[in-house]
Amino acid sequence: MARSVKSHKKSKPKRETTALHSEQGLRFYQQMIRIRVFEEHVNQLYMSAKMPGLAHQYSGQEAVAVGVCEALRGDDYITSTHRGHGHCLAKGASLDQMFAELLGKEAGYCRGKGGSMHIADQDSGNLGANAIVGGSAGIATGAALSIKMRGSNQVVVCFFGEGALGQGLLYEVMNMASLWKLPVLFVCENNMYNEYTHYRETTAGDPKARPEAFGIQTESVDGQDVRVVYTAAQRLAERARQGKGPAFLICNTYRFYGHHVGDIDRRYYRSKEEEERWKRDRDPLKLLASWLGRHRIADEKVIARIESDVRRDIEAAVQFALNAPYPDPSEVDQHVYA
Amino acid sequence: MSMPSGKVGSNGREITFAQAIKEALAEEMRSDPRVFIIGEDVAEAGTVFKVLSGLVTEFGPERVIDSPISEAGIAGMGVGAAMTGMRPVVDIMFGDFITLTMDQIVNQAAKIHYMSGGKFKVPMVLRTTLGATRRSAAQHSQSLHAWLSHVPGLKVVLPSTPYDAKGLLKTAIRDDNPVVFFEDKLMYQEKGLVPENEYTIPFGVADIKRSGTDITIVATSSMVTVSLRAAEMLEEAGISAEIIDLRTTVPLDRQTLIESAKKTTRALVVDEGYERYGVTAEIASVIAEGAFYYLDAPVRRMGAMDVPVPFSPVLEDLTVPTPASVAEQVKALCGRV
Repeated sequence: MARSVKSHKKSKPKRETTALHSEQGLRFYQQMIRIRVFEEHVNQLYMSAKMPGLAHQYSGQEAVAVGVCEALRGDDYITSTHRGHGHCLAKGASLDQMFAELLGKEAGYCRGKGGSMHIADQDSGNLGANAIVGGSAGIATGAALSIKMRGSNQVVVCFFGEGALGQGLLYEVMNMASLWKLPVLFVCENNMYNEYTHYRETTAGDPKARPEAFGIQTESVDGQDVRVVYTAAQRLAERARQGKGPAFLICNTYRFYGHHVGDIDRRYYRSKEEEERWKRDRDPLKLLASWLGRHRIADEKVIARIESDVRRDIEAAVQFALNAPYPDPSEVDQHVYA
Repeated sequence: MSMPSGKVGSNGREITFAQAIKEALAEEMRSDPRVFIIGEDVAEAGTVFKVLSGLVTEFGPERVIDSPISEAGIAGMGVGAAMTGMRPVVDIMFGDFITLTMDQIVNQAAKIHYMSGGKFKVPMVLRTTLGATRRSAAQHSQSLHAWLSHVPGLKVVLPSTPYDAKGLLKTAIRDDNPVVFFEDKLMYQEKGLVPENEYTIPFGVADIKRSGTDITIVATSSMVTVSLRAAEMLEEAGISAEIIDLRTTVPLDRQTLIESAKKTTRALVVDEGYERYGVTAEIASVIAEGAFYYLDAPVRRMGAMDVPVPFSPVLEDLTVPTPASVAEQVKALCGRV
């Protein structure tokens, strides 16, 4: 079942010329490579049996989290998914607390009680990753209702994959978000695979037509181009902030690796060639690096230095987490009730 | 049958259970701008049971929000609003419909505080109903509070009088946890004394609705009145029954149950949820363990019959404990049959 790089429904990314200034471009790159290298280490921790359980790598989709979160204010909210490390990092999570949580340590974001799929961080506006597909759509829309009632001028981004298009809750809350003009941006990351099944086998019609049926402003963009994602997200978030209602942003992207770190043999649902093509031609990091080079913002040396700085920080964070203590057994029944 | 003594005070007045609920909501909404109501037909219609009539006039449609028929959606939005500074009261018309909210209540609301290591709180109330014998058939008659009582992170409230309903609902709204509040549909028009002055009732404190010496009847919600009527019948037969109203299944006041059973040496648990794996099983187990050496008979329990609630009145009435069937069980337990 080989599918080409072009197998997404063709989208026409708007050629908006929001020129990134050079610092912004470098920051985008740094944020994206942070996620990429973070996930490499997650995989290594899994392979070396240092991380309990599984994790779902975000590699390949970095431009979505970074493009969207860079368009947000610090006090804006996000909700995330089982494949959420990228969202958390892009919204401002610390590497130390992320790795500590993944290893089940008390220094982690959730005192080791949440793990990879439940990272939540009030300080960066992260209302939490969610291990129920589509499960955070209600939370995000409720936060948007709260924003409207409190008059706090924030926006909420609800990240989810195209697999969540199969969940009824999403349609219930899109209806209310549109009815009440709530400041929520539904960001659908179409990485083409509902776990191990191509979305065309699970999704009737055009995904874009679904939010449009609720009267929601809907756009579909190239999710591998961080500049395009950023430009669209910024416009839609500001529109929502001005009280003009929710929006639905489809970011067409690709999951470079398996559904989770243990999903090694993927030949039964997609070809090696397909994966290689995306990694070679559509890697969001390569695309941005080449743009930075073409515009003489950063040459290979600068790019390499960003990467080595990031690697140094991440290795330190992994060490921090490995050395951090596990929670005391007395923690087990703490925080059941507030 | 008497009201719980000494709690109402001299300035009490008779109001209905429905009015008590509305007063609790109105008072909390007046004192706390974060409190709002969302649900189906809660505004102008005041709910199908007319419990909230008039609230929209005082608080406006921004705080008494009519929603689409989307139980999962409004429950989930309640969670998100609660996490971000509001105190929503989500109205789920019939208890049967909580099945539509289960992911949002069980996987989200109940677990967020724990999963986030205590970072986020979900101070929301989900108000819903229970109770059969309204001739409403199998999808509008269930009492599913055992389902919610099973899940760590939720609190579950089952008021049985207007006084309790008001005091417990105010506590629920002020609680920082998700609270599921079950109201007996048949009780809405029942009257009782409720003080003029403000009061709240703490969770986890069972109420002895009637003192007795021969047997302890532990009852919840709709079954408190049924048990009190049974106690009157039993008094004529020379049996003195103590009626304990749990008020909340979570948290559970184990001590009051156990102490009462130790005193009377016999216990019957009555609840309108399905008997199989129901609330009665948990309570019976608590009493059996806690009062074992004092008991003169096995703890017995009575719940709804393990069948979908039938429509035909002659069938439906067979499925729920009645004063007569409770009295009969008690007599058997006391060796008086």
